[in-house]
Amino acid sequence: MDNKKKILVVEDEATLQKALNDVLVQEGYNVLSALDGMLGLDLALKEKPDLILLDVILPKMDGFEVLKKLRENDSQIPIIILTNLSDISDIQKALDLGATTYLVKADFHLDDVLKKIKETLSKN
Amino acid sequence: MINKIIYKVFFKDCRENNLGLWQCPGFLFLMMGFINIASMLGVYVIVREYNVPELVVFSVSAVSVIIFSIGSSAINGFQQIAKANKMKSEFVSIASHQLKAPLSGMRWATDILLRDKNKCLSDKQAEYLKDIQENTSRMIRLINDLLDVSRIESGKMDIGLQTVDLSGILKTVIKELSSFALANNAELVVSVDKDLGSVKTDSIRIKMVMQNFIDNAIKYIGSENGIIKISLKNKGDEVVFTVEDNGSGIPEKDQKKIFDKFFRSGNIAKKQTIGTGLGLYIAKAAVESSNGSIGFESKEKKGSIFWFRLPARNS
Repeated sequence: MDNKKKILVVEDEATLQKALNDVLVQEGYNVLSALDGMLGLDLALKEKPDLILLDVILPKMDGFEVLKKLRENDSQIPIIILTNLSDISDIQKALDLGATTYLVKADFHLDDVLKKIKETLSKN
Repeated sequence: MINKIIYKVFFKDCRENNLGLWQCPGFLFLMMGFINIASMLGVYVIVREYNVPELVVFSVSAVSVIIFSIGSSAINGFQQIAKANKMKSEFVSIASHQLKAPLSGMRWATDILLRDKNKCLSDKQAEYLKDIQENTSRMIRLINDLLDVSRIESGKMDIGLQTVDLSGILKTVIKELSSFALANNAELVVSVDKDLGSVKTDSIRIKMVMQNFIDNAIKYIGSENGIIKISLKNKGDEVVFTVEDNGSGIPEKDQKKIFDKFFRSGNIAKKQTIGTGLGLYIAKAAVESSNGSIGFESKEKKGSIFWFRLPARNS
């Protein structure tokens, strides 16, 4: 019945969480929010979203760990890493762990993030 | 006079770097010199007067201990300097990362407000919001520059080399800068070789370099009708990017320092307060780590040509 795509946003910064939430709802997605890594992992496994936006520096469990655990659980959900870490070593680590795309928050406008989300959803 | 010279050679740097006297390598070396000379003379006197070998051995050992301890203080001083330098790089890196989070928040919040501008914002309000957004972008660019500088200094400017289509990147850059050029009465004339081939470099960094060249040319245009010629050419085994302007040019005395960190040429710093002097420093590191070369020619009041060359990929 409900064929809205479901997106899980794992982000601990309230402003960013809110902004992503608002814009995704405006665009007609179902949005789930998690403010820490542990809750993010739980929701990802239970709710099986169509896509996950995942921050790296998170309370309780960092994004790399969440990513690793999800891939270990055979989850194939596309994951967009959305962080402000911009060292090549961090990007490489995320991609090695199985992230679909890596975006540096400060370098992207919301519209560009949306474009990436649409692109990723259409590929999967 | 001599006082001044001694101060300049041995103490000035330490005073400026907040190093204490006993951590100051210059001062410690001076002391060591005096002690060396005094001890030579002392040993000579002792040998002549007493002719007791034990006494000579004793005095030489005592002097050695003193010199050794002064030497270790000097090394300590060097280590302090190295440590301070490392801490500075780490501080810049941590502070930059911390600043990025609130700035992303500001950027996205204004993004959302501007998204539904048709609904509730007046033109003036939208204009001011755009000002906030532009200033946020400027801060983000500055922070990215600082992060790059701290990476270059700590030898971590790791660059992701991939096959890159320079003409595509140039198109985006021109699009982004066209309104800035218009506002400054500068005409952009672009010519790109049809059969350009590809190069291996870091797409984000090389975009920054192209942006920097063109942005500088527009910023320092200096005259009413500026013409900026931008070209991408295939020279066989190299792809060459040039930006030629008829702007203020760079005074000859400043030309040597143009790629130095934080350096801004005197003639432009007066006119344009915006600018950090980091752009070309980073550009040099970026081009060179892609195995390319970078340079310029310039005449004051006539204009400048900036160029970089990257090895072409033949396949």
